[in-house]
Amino acid sequence: MHEVDMTKCLLLSLQEWKLQHAPRIPVVKVVHLQVGDFTCVEPDALRFTYAAAVQTTWLAGSELRIEPIPLQARCVVCQATYTPNPQQAYQSPCCNHPMEEILSGRELKIRSIDYVFPEAADPAQVASGGEASQRLSASHRQQAEAIAPEPCPVA
Amino acid sequence: MPLEDSLGLNLLAANQHQAEHNRAHFDAWNLLCLNVMSSPGAGKTAMLERSLADLASRWQMAVLEGDMTTQLDAERLEAVGVPVVPITTGRACHLDAAMVSGGLTLLRQRLDPADLDLLWVENVGNLVCPAEFEVGEHRKVALLSVTEGDDKPLKYPVMFREADCVLITKVDLLPYLPVEVERIEAHIHQVNPRAEVFQLSAISGVGFAAWHDWLQRQRDTTASAIAVSHPVRSDQASAAALVGA
Repeated sequence: MHEVDMTKCLLLSLQEWKLQHAPRIPVVKVVHLQVGDFTCVEPDALRFTYAAAVQTTWLAGSELRIEPIPLQARCVVCQATYTPNPQQAYQSPCCNHPMEEILSGRELKIRSIDYVFPEAADPAQVASGGEASQRLSASHRQQAEAIAPEPCPVA
Repeated sequence: MPLEDSLGLNLLAANQHQAEHNRAHFDAWNLLCLNVMSSPGAGKTAMLERSLADLASRWQMAVLEGDMTTQLDAERLEAVGVPVVPITTGRACHLDAAMVSGGLTLLRQRLDPADLDLLWVENVGNLVCPAEFEVGEHRKVALLSVTEGDDKPLKYPVMFREADCVLITKVDLLPYLPVEVERIEAHIHQVNPRAEVFQLSAISGVGFAAWHDWLQRQRDTTASAIAVSHPVRSDQASAAALVGA
């Protein structure tokens, strides 16, 4: 299941992103991915391995949301956009031309990341010393103390 | 309010960065790097044995040899007289840029990569994941043996889409198989009309001249592209600086 290796490389990519915010450690809520249909990635397997892999890391508690991106191609003969069908050998239904120009479906992207900084949590809550910010701080401490992600065996 | 960073970043960005770093080395060393991929048993090592022997008088070459558990392929290629660095991937079913970087470190202990014309990276036998993990190569070469059947390009389209060149191997077996090589070629071109396709037999040597002509064209193209981006390519210091980085 190569989604395990995909996940480990995704964690490395997220680690690179985290370093941009150093020394602050963002608490990640949601990682939004775009995964094209014409890739070697199975979204369910990726979600499963992500949930398992982040348990003891700074990403614990974060959720992976995957937006599937359909395979779309353009017929280079008549310029029509079509959805290639493996059963029809991916050719354009209009001109029976091979799949030449792919418009979408090759995406393997981190679209965006939803996160908070514990110390910069909702100002209203911070001002009132609200429970929410304390909860957040506790959770942040827990995550900061958590074991660093196991290094990708390929790193 | 949660913050949101819009990234549009490659999921495999960490691998991509390492791959680009590797490629910068290859360009500084003025060598052509090929990533050779196929299912297990399609004939990558047999093709390499023949190509290495045939091309040894033309080019200085080395091989980074990916294998999950053994070094058997590395031993076969070493016997041809070309430097081979085995990369045992353990349970990983593909090579990635960091593994190749590790292989380069070992290779540099044996030779100066700037003396090489061609670096072959023989990937782990697998038609799925290697297609998504760049290692810094200039060209991707996929192999498909006639015994695998003509439907494989449609079943594993990403691999054949990504390939710059597809080698249809073991064509000496065609008389014994209910397989039409024209259908294999047609299916490759269905998913990748731009792929160059060659029919080879490592046993008889059929097709190797055309395949090596293609390699020569890639070598010439890459060298001229490097000459443009690195006008002072003979400056070994730039390669040394990169390695030290």
